[in-house]
Amino acid sequence: MTHSFPWLTALIFLPLIGAAAVFVVKDASVRLTALSVTVVDLLISIPLWWLFDATSGEMQFLESAAWIPSLSINYRLGLDGISLPLILMTTILMPLCVMISWNAIETRLRSFMAVLLIMEGAMIGVFAALDFVLFYVFWEAMLIPMYLLIGVWGGPNRLYAAIKFFLYTLAGSVLLLVAILVLYFQGGHTFDILVLSRQTYPLALQTWLFVAFFAAFAVKVPMFPFHTWLPDAHVEAPTAGSVILASVLLKMGTYGFVRFSLPMLPDASRLFTPLMVVLSIVAIIYGAYMALAQADLKKLIAYSSVSHMGFVTLGLFMFNIQGIEGAVLQMVNHGITTGGLFLCVGMIYERTHSRQISDNIGLTKPMPRYATFLVIFALSSLGLPGTNSFVGEFMVLVGTFLWSKVATAFASVGIILAAAYLLWMIQRVAFGIPAPHMLHKLSDLTRRETATLLPLAVLIFAIGLFPNPLLSRMHTSVEQVIARVVPSPHQQHSSRAVLDRPTPLLKNELLSTLDAVHAATVTPPGSLPLTEMEGERP
Amino acid sequence: MTFSAADLFLVLPELLVITAACVVFVLDPVLRPSDKDSLVWVSLGTLAVCMGLTASQMETHASIFSGLVVIDGYGAFWKLLLYFVTGLTILLSYSYLKEERLYFGEYYGFMLLSLCGMMVMVSATDLLTIYLGTELMSLCLYVMAGLKRKEPRSLEASAKYFVLGAFSSGILLYGISLLYGATGSTRLPAIASAIATQGFADPLLLFSTILLAVGFGFKLAAAPFHMWTPDVYQGAPTSVTAFMAVGSKAASFGAFLRVFVEGLGGVKADWSAIFVLLCLATLVVGNIVALVQTNIKRMLAYSSIAHAGYALIGVVAAGRTDHSSGIASVLLYIALYAFMTFGAFAIVAMLRKGTIEGEEIEDFTGLAKHQPLPALLMLVFMVSLAGIPPTAGFIGKLYVFRSAVEAGMAWLAAIALLFSAISAYYYLRVVMVMYMQDPIAGTDPVPRLVMSPTLSIVLACAVAGVVIFGIYPNPLVNLALQAVLTLK
Repeated sequence: MTHSFPWLTALIFLPLIGAAAVFVVKDASVRLTALSVTVVDLLISIPLWWLFDATSGEMQFLESAAWIPSLSINYRLGLDGISLPLILMTTILMPLCVMISWNAIETRLRSFMAVLLIMEGAMIGVFAALDFVLFYVFWEAMLIPMYLLIGVWGGPNRLYAAIKFFLYTLAGSVLLLVAILVLYFQGGHTFDILVLSRQTYPLALQTWLFVAFFAAFAVKVPMFPFHTWLPDAHVEAPTAGSVILASVLLKMGTYGFVRFSLPMLPDASRLFTPLMVVLSIVAIIYGAYMALAQADLKKLIAYSSVSHMGFVTLGLFMFNIQGIEGAVLQMVNHGITTGGLFLCVGMIYERTHSRQISDNIGLTKPMPRYATFLVIFALSSLGLPGTNSFVGEFMVLVGTFLWSKVATAFASVGIILAAAYLLWMIQRVAFGIPAPHMLHKLSDLTRRETATLLPLAVLIFAIGLFPNPLLSRMHTSVEQVIARVVPSPHQQHSSRAVLDRPTPLLKNELLSTLDAVHAATVTPPGSLPLTEMEGERP
Repeated sequence: MTFSAADLFLVLPELLVITAACVVFVLDPVLRPSDKDSLVWVSLGTLAVCMGLTASQMETHASIFSGLVVIDGYGAFWKLLLYFVTGLTILLSYSYLKEERLYFGEYYGFMLLSLCGMMVMVSATDLLTIYLGTELMSLCLYVMAGLKRKEPRSLEASAKYFVLGAFSSGILLYGISLLYGATGSTRLPAIASAIATQGFADPLLLFSTILLAVGFGFKLAAAPFHMWTPDVYQGAPTSVTAFMAVGSKAASFGAFLRVFVEGLGGVKADWSAIFVLLCLATLVVGNIVALVQTNIKRMLAYSSIAHAGYALIGVVAAGRTDHSSGIASVLLYIALYAFMTFGAFAIVAMLRKGTIEGEEIEDFTGLAKHQPLPALLMLVFMVSLAGIPPTAGFIGKLYVFRSAVEAGMAWLAAIALLFSAISAYYYLRVVMVMYMQDPIAGTDPVPRLVMSPTLSIVLACAVAGVVIFGIYPNPLVNLALQAVLTLK
């Protein structure tokens, strides 16, 4: 299905043009220019939701042009059900990032907005690229703007955090380029992601390539034990930087797994499943434990991200429809929820100039609207039924359950711990007694700030109560990934490396799972075993 | 020895450059100081004419002067690059020399003579002619490195460069004479056919190959023959450093590739093995030692060593398979490297003001606050040197690593990429001090930048090359591929 209008090119290059534009407009209209560019980008992306043909698993909105013919590198873009939600999430978040930076950024505003816009173009490019080199270019091109974002506009320890972020992610992606080049020669002299995903490679080669991909993607996710850059980067980055980092950049890692590792290297993916599961579960529990111990709000959310991203990688390597769909859904959910939490932290920081929990207690009285949003985001983050994360985490756990009950049990611990650290945080931040000398600083949300948080809060409930429109758009694409990674029964006998893995569930089984999700979300708490467990949380 | 007047027409660019150099030498003492700017325009005009002439020779393939020199697309590629670099150097020198209070008309004369040496190097097909070319190039550079006569460091640079250069020339000559003993000729085609008929079991042949590799290793500043580079680069006037780092390196690569592909192509398995070691050593030394430099010229010196290492990957790959893609990647790499390195040196030259050297990395502190545009340009050059897309540096690395993977040496590409990740640290340190640190209180603010029209042209050319070829490298790639086809 080819559309005449180059939607994706427009989405990618509009922000880049906007980045140049903020340097020429008048001082007073820098913010407004950046905001309008991101809003127009959002408006361009919204029709894709309806134009997207959910019944087709093919790439849509294809664009193709020769770029560097001597290396057969092409400018190829396209969307499927996995990248569409991520792009929409990006375009929705970017105007909010501009709005949160409205007053928070005092120095070099033009450069700041330009950097944000360059990031937007590159991020959309990563999700839309169908040529491996093009993907790599976008993937790497994002490093410098992010480095500047942390290093120039960050907190006191920004230099250390910025270079750590940069070197970690750069070192991670070193092997990715070699792997891309090896695939080029092994896969028939092409960088076309779709063609490369259809080939079969020897297991030994797949293993090497998987390790190379893993190094790049695991650092980005970040998976345990490559996560140490994340808390530093989050704490030092300005609010908009934290939002972009948590909501979009981390998703690029998991997107890499589902777009490249699984379909291109199915045998190696199955081979590495136990390792991936163990690392995911360690991340879930370790991240949650670390979050419990944090006194800094941003650090708390950063470690909660490590934990939540553990669910995503866990779901991806279950190779069943619930697991992967849940994981992709959870990628979007985490973007919305954690983005919202970071926006909340940024807003309180603007008032009290502290991110310490102990400096920001008892906000409900002086800031009722703020506290409402904070509680909504926190409840969504801990996976309360009715919110988006519940659907995603539930599906991931169902997917895991089909693979291993023990793994599910361990992963569930993460949910309980999430309830613990988030509710404890809420208890202190929202319901404590504020220090009297702080009261004059605690003014409630302005209209701009409310407008920043409201869209995310609406999305939380929209996805939480009606996940089907989103899931139905992913469904066919996810099925295709599974078809690649799980061989048909005929092949199963011949392949030695196949591990014991359930074949994808039949459609009616899937529908019953979805019904269960629905039942759980609309039934009052206490009527289902799972929600009983929710009730027992501290 | 046959000689025809038609041959002279083919070497017209070389003749023009020599004539222009003589004109500059003669006019310099005659002209009044206020008229000396005309020497710059004479030099630039000559380069423009030569550029046109050489561009028209892209398709020519003629062996002239009894096989001493060949006029082909390969030589033309390097010559075009060298004209470009020389032109930029002259423009850069124009304002830099005034700042340094160096008024020598000979400067431009030496530069043109040096260029002529480089042109001979890249088009000679006889080892002795190549040797003459390197000597002409080097002798002029020795003089230019010591141009800041009142400064001991500049004199030290000149003396050190001279001694080590003479030493390396000796090794090169020794290699040439042994090769003559083994094959009975100094002409590259004759050497190639001798190797093809005699076989390559002769230890003399292997030994002379090693000596040639060492001799060229000095000129390319490949480790462990790089010792002269940091001191010379630091001590020489910045414009001369830029010329050496880009022009001299390009010409040396041009001659080196021709000797090893056209002459010693029969023993490419041997030299490929030698260059693997040289390449790894160069990558390690260049990138690791650059980490601890505090002087930006020294840092860029080690960076230029490291980049020779990346380019050598292409040479190694060329020795493993059919040479064309590996060699083309080297050509492309050096051409792209020229833009970014020259740009970086131009920014360093701009910081020179009055008594302030502006050569410590600390001197860049807070540059983005006072001088946003030069800081942004430096950012682009540093990012490109680190090989991060979408810049020319990435495209260069992509081609070099591609040829390594094609030759079945993915491990070499992986190691090189690891070092390129390490290199990001020292390149980004410059970005960090420019953008993320405030000027140190109590000290002088960032020296004012010398922003003259000529410098603007230099920077515009460099940044255009880095950005345009980073996004759309096709014209340069095609030129490199076309050039390599003529290399036998």
